[in-house]
Amino acid sequence: MLNSKRLVLAHFWLAFVVFGLALLLGEWQMFARSPLNPGLGNSDWYYRSVTAHGSAMGYVFPTLIAMGFGYAITELALKKPLIGRRWAWTGLAMVAVGAVVALIPVSLGLASVLYTFYPPMVGNPFYYIGVVLVVVGSWIWVALMSINMIVWKRENPDKPVPLAMFANVAGAYLWGWTAVGAAIEVLLLILPVALGFKDTIDAGLSRVFFSWTLHAIVYFWLMPTYIAYYTIFPRAIGGRLYSDAMGRIAFILFVVVSMPIGVHHLFADPQVGGGFKFIQSVFTAMVSLPTLVTIFTICASAEIASRLRGGRGPFGWVKALPWGNPMMLATTFSLLMLGFGGVGGLINMSYQLNTSIHNTQWITGHFHLIFAGAIVIMYFAIAYDLWPHLTGRILKTGRMMKAQLWLWFVGMIVTTFPWHYVGILGMPRRMAFYDYANPEIAKQAFSVSMSVVGGALLVVSAVLFFTILIRGHRAERADPGEYRFAQAVHEPVRLPAALNGFALWLTLMIGLTVVNYGYPIAQLLALGSSTSVPAVYVGAPQ
Amino acid sequence: MKTEERLFSWRNSWFSLSLGGTAGLVVLSLIAGFLVLPYATPNSKLGSLWDAICSAAGVPRATAPSEQVAPTFKTSAVVMTSQMPGPTDTRSVGRGATLAMQCAICHASGRHSQPDTPNLEGQPAAAVYKQLRDFKAGARVNAVMTPFAINLTEQDMIDLSAYYAYLPRQPGLHPDAGVPAPAIVIRGAAMRNIPACSSCHGGGEVKAGAPWLEGQSAIYIKAQLQAFAGEHRRNDISEQMRNIARRMTAQEIDEAAAYYASRP
Repeated sequence: MLNSKRLVLAHFWLAFVVFGLALLLGEWQMFARSPLNPGLGNSDWYYRSVTAHGSAMGYVFPTLIAMGFGYAITELALKKPLIGRRWAWTGLAMVAVGAVVALIPVSLGLASVLYTFYPPMVGNPFYYIGVVLVVVGSWIWVALMSINMIVWKRENPDKPVPLAMFANVAGAYLWGWTAVGAAIEVLLLILPVALGFKDTIDAGLSRVFFSWTLHAIVYFWLMPTYIAYYTIFPRAIGGRLYSDAMGRIAFILFVVVSMPIGVHHLFADPQVGGGFKFIQSVFTAMVSLPTLVTIFTICASAEIASRLRGGRGPFGWVKALPWGNPMMLATTFSLLMLGFGGVGGLINMSYQLNTSIHNTQWITGHFHLIFAGAIVIMYFAIAYDLWPHLTGRILKTGRMMKAQLWLWFVGMIVTTFPWHYVGILGMPRRMAFYDYANPEIAKQAFSVSMSVVGGALLVVSAVLFFTILIRGHRAERADPGEYRFAQAVHEPVRLPAALNGFALWLTLMIGLTVVNYGYPIAQLLALGSSTSVPAVYVGAPQ
Repeated sequence: MKTEERLFSWRNSWFSLSLGGTAGLVVLSLIAGFLVLPYATPNSKLGSLWDAICSAAGVPRATAPSEQVAPTFKTSAVVMTSQMPGPTDTRSVGRGATLAMQCAICHASGRHSQPDTPNLEGQPAAAVYKQLRDFKAGARVNAVMTPFAINLTEQDMIDLSAYYAYLPRQPGLHPDAGVPAPAIVIRGAAMRNIPACSSCHGGGEVKAGAPWLEGQSAIYIKAQLQAFAGEHRRNDISEQMRNIARRMTAQEIDEAAAYYASRP
């Protein structure tokens, strides 16, 4: 039962339009700083583009997908209309207005501060106000998800919350708390400077607050992907979910440990003590747990599906999987990219190994492989899965879907592997221009050019993706039947309170935040203005 | 799902295990991060355990006082601001015009200066003012220029810079707008830490205190770059021009000089 089809479609379409535009900027950036381009006359264009690409891809696109998918899950899993549909439209409007308000100063060159803000650089205040609007719009979604689950639990005291909804609310709570760091940074530290009330800024404290958001935001982006692994993939390939409880534990682990670990982004920063860097490194290692649990559970679910189809032998079952199924293909590619990206991530989180790749192109390669690769390919798969239910029409371009998924996978590997490699060679990130005539970096020219080729494949894949979706709106009408989430081998009948709610886990999440962030923040606050530096206004007349 | 179990109770194994496990992990990493690892750092000069804990927590320590090495030469004492050299009016320009009579022998007015002296017409006031201050203080030395500058008062220097800023900029001696800008002028050389000339000296942007180079003689630009590179001229406040000039190739110096000389 999907009542709010227009609401969900509006979220998805706005998300994908933003994604399409930002993807073109991304490919242009790959080209602009490659040896294929003789060099930009004005590097400001590059930084404008990076800021727009990052803000659109980081703040707007995945937020809208999580919101739209979340509304769909609420109605499909709880089997009742969404409570607060008007508020949901308000949230969408805020995200849309926020995105426009933020991107106008960026395109005018008044806020080329990159989406990670990087104080003491300070841009036009409307950029930050736009980002705040996007976040506040998404907080409406957080509240709605929570309210819908609580009301449903009250109405159904004897039933366990369906896994899809449980995971969806986990993502919402995670985002609600995660976004607080950047919100504090923007509202209390950056905006007063951008608006001209102050002309110095505590760059170190700002970076600590941003790290609060910066790492867990990736897990917020990841949530729809993991929800698709657990609740769509096993059904789509004709099997069952291996374990419902494993899924709940994985999502709970994300809620608890994915947030108080962001200081591993600040390993090279002097304002946080080595002891806190070490603790957060340990907890970063803990985030691999839910991912390992997930890889095990999803592979086990695939094996169940294969054996049901007649797959035999210790490895022979792999062949019997439905490889022609787009969801099978997307999930495989996603897990492969997650594997490569995850292994790279272990290097990033290690306090020592991090030194060799810190601030190099390795990092950009890493987060593109995880986000643009493992995560976004499942956004495509989610759209393919939901589209017939949203449009009431058949989505039957199976071959084109497979081509699109293959192109995205190959394109992403061709883009990000050379990117990692030049990072190991020491190529710095966030630079508009490299002098490839310099013998020291001449050998990186080939790898950087390869990334441009990979980016072109991604653009072609995106064109196919849009073609499939638009065709889906024009196809003949057909009843897609009732939407089903995957059933577990053992459907939960009774659950311990801990696996059916979030009270304990939110307490742990906030407690760990206080332990891991309390002292570093308190110390910087106590040092007061002595740690502030003059703001550098971007795009201001000299 | 309504259950009778109490979640926040030590008897609930979900509560006790998750809280105990998390707290245990925190304690273990605290011990490792605050007590063991500080001493494992090579060359750590930590005294007591408390020092180790403070160091791991990131408590700021006062750095050991170090002696400042005084330069053996005079450095520029001018602090540049975007408001320099201060408010001027037409009377200031008029006084400057009178004072400039003594400059005209080299910095000709209304026609081109000699190739080894800069064109001053239309220069930003801050640029002329800063150089005069440096000549007077001895931070920049020139056998011809220094004797003139030594006798100037603060007001004289403000008036002179106001006068030259008031004059229209003179076109280059051989203006040729068709010459494409060399890479060093529009892009610099990022890998050698050289910013684009045009990011401070005109063409792209003018920064406070930097002279406008378009229309200057190639001989003068080249001589100054060589002076910066060879440490004969050291009045750039943060050593920026010395660092840039040292890293420029002879060819880049020629290209930049020729390009700016050809600009109108």
